[in-house]
Amino acid sequence: MSAVTVYVPRDSAALAVGADEVAGALQAECVRRGLALNLVRNGSRGMFWLETLVEVATPQGRVAYGPVEPDDVPGLLDAGLLAGGPHALYHGLTEQLPYLAKQERLTFARMGITDPLSIDDYEVHEGYAGLRAALALAPDAIVQQVLDSGLRGRGGAAFPTGIKWKTVAAAPAAQKYIVCNADEGDSGTFSDRMTMEGDPFLLVEGMTIAAMAVAATRGYVYIRSEYPDAIATMNEAIARATAAGYLGDDVLGSGRAFHLQVRKAAGAYVCGEETAMLESIEGKRGIVRTKPPLPAIEGLFGQPTVINNVISFASVPLILARGAAFYRDYGVGRSRGTLPMQLAGNVKHGGLVEKAFGVTLRELMFDFGGGSATGRPIKTAQVGGPLGTYLPESQWDLPLDYEAYAAVGAVVGHGGIVVHDDLADLSKLARYAMEFCAIESCGKCTPCRIGSTRGVEVIDKIIAPPSSPNASKTNKPQQVQLLRDLCDTMLHGSLCAMGGMTPYPVLSALNHFPQDFGLMTPDREAA
Amino acid sequence: MNPTPASVTQAVLARHADEPGALLPILHEVQDALGHIPREVLPQIADGLNLSRAEVHGVVTYYHHFRAEAPGRHVIQVCRAEACQAMGADALMAHAEQVLGCPTRGGHGSTGADGRYTLNPVYCLGLCASSPAVVVDDKLHARMTPAKFDKVVAKLGADA
Repeated sequence: MSAVTVYVPRDSAALAVGADEVAGALQAECVRRGLALNLVRNGSRGMFWLETLVEVATPQGRVAYGPVEPDDVPGLLDAGLLAGGPHALYHGLTEQLPYLAKQERLTFARMGITDPLSIDDYEVHEGYAGLRAALALAPDAIVQQVLDSGLRGRGGAAFPTGIKWKTVAAAPAAQKYIVCNADEGDSGTFSDRMTMEGDPFLLVEGMTIAAMAVAATRGYVYIRSEYPDAIATMNEAIARATAAGYLGDDVLGSGRAFHLQVRKAAGAYVCGEETAMLESIEGKRGIVRTKPPLPAIEGLFGQPTVINNVISFASVPLILARGAAFYRDYGVGRSRGTLPMQLAGNVKHGGLVEKAFGVTLRELMFDFGGGSATGRPIKTAQVGGPLGTYLPESQWDLPLDYEAYAAVGAVVGHGGIVVHDDLADLSKLARYAMEFCAIESCGKCTPCRIGSTRGVEVIDKIIAPPSSPNASKTNKPQQVQLLRDLCDTMLHGSLCAMGGMTPYPVLSALNHFPQDFGLMTPDREAA
Repeated sequence: MNPTPASVTQAVLARHADEPGALLPILHEVQDALGHIPREVLPQIADGLNLSRAEVHGVVTYYHHFRAEAPGRHVIQVCRAEACQAMGADALMAHAEQVLGCPTRGGHGSTGADGRYTLNPVYCLGLCASSPAVVVDDKLHARMTPAKFDKVVAKLGADA
């Protein structure tokens, strides 16, 4: 009997619920039973409530079982796991699961399907088609493709990627750099982590295309220290790509060089801000720089530097492989293409949902997410990370795109969606936003450094129970006005988004959920 | 014979001799080897990179990941970020503080008096769809509950 191929993910969200133990149990039990097994450690499909998701290759396609615990393995084998047999954990063909079937996976097309560290597997699934196409083009034609695709920075700022590349390409310098911002610190986001752990060559390819477009020869991937598995996988992928001639002095025989290395961050959220990240790579404290000069002109070590998020780079290979029009045809308005969105927090079916722009939060939370994990009514979701707003139900039907969200003062950010049920206290979450800013502020500008600490104090006064001594000394409407003034100062006076956007969650909590602050009437009138 | 902090640091510095902006990789390697970054190696690192001691001290103290003091025998990190809060991280953190005897305040962790455990808050492990999440001595645990936490800690106790 020939060996049956079984997939057990190596994504850290699978490892965190025992995927290694499941893989070990499966191997041991197959040896004991004399069954031939070809075990592949794939990336995750991004359906985290089903992890550990075990897939078996059958003539009809891959069949899914999950969530599998190590103790389930003998029973699964008894039920005919290796032939795709029925079992309580059986879900049928993976591709037909509605959660996956309803998505438009472009950037995440290979995710969970391939062995992340196999270049052959990557090539078989359209890998390196983008770089090969790019090498046949003049550098400015590569930039034009990215411009025409309408791709905007997926890290959060949504700046057109092609314009950034064009600026660097036009800047004369002997040494230029490509830097990938993989300091994915936003709570509720994990698409960068999944890409680096589950499809690392995609990022390597995207960065290499950028290097060819702007004539850069060195690149860095700046990865958070909280992501040890992503760091290990990227290091291994870079070593393999270099050994196979996809990186190094002569990229695919083109005569052009590109050297790539990983830099491990050290747990400072603000280093996700691009200039603080550059300082950190240069070996300094991650303090935000004033702009101008733009990093595209004077970036890493003072040289012209392309800085993009993981997902921005990862979107590029397909654009080159299939053409700008293919990518641009997805999406709405000025938000072109797809966004890998991340459903997180108190949601039943949390995971990675890649859809074209224009999907609504309600569809994501209910059609994909299946409602709250606790079974209670959903109260709100914070979209766009710790600096994003809390959206009340009245905004759940907005099309999720950059402009529609900006019109109501919200942000799409990096596509993270953190769901909260009706037990969430938005005054506590607002206080947390200020506290987080106080902990993570780089300290360079006053509104952020001092404002965040004052913000915590003012919110404490607002939410103090009427019986406390703290409350009796204060006039609540005055404190609310003070909080609004403080937010105004932070919004307009901060050097970067850390202080400049911390008011987003705070004010959205205050405006949409005044009752959580003990304000029975809308606070604008009370104040 | 155990290598001394000075000899470890010397070897790390030699490995990164020609690397631009090498301070973070150097500090990571020193901490990985010694468990923390002892005060005594700061002048050595400063000399090696032609920096002032103040610059090196500034970097060590700026980043949450670097520690100047030796941690407990087991390091436990509990995520405090929003996605974990939505699934009970605050209660889990309070439980961990009590069980381990390590209070945390204002983003700072602590080590218990007996030196057994260090408890640190952490702000996002990227396991936000399987929250709350915890790291125990480099091993990730998702969908954590106080009861599961006690089991993980009890296992540590057996081989501590």
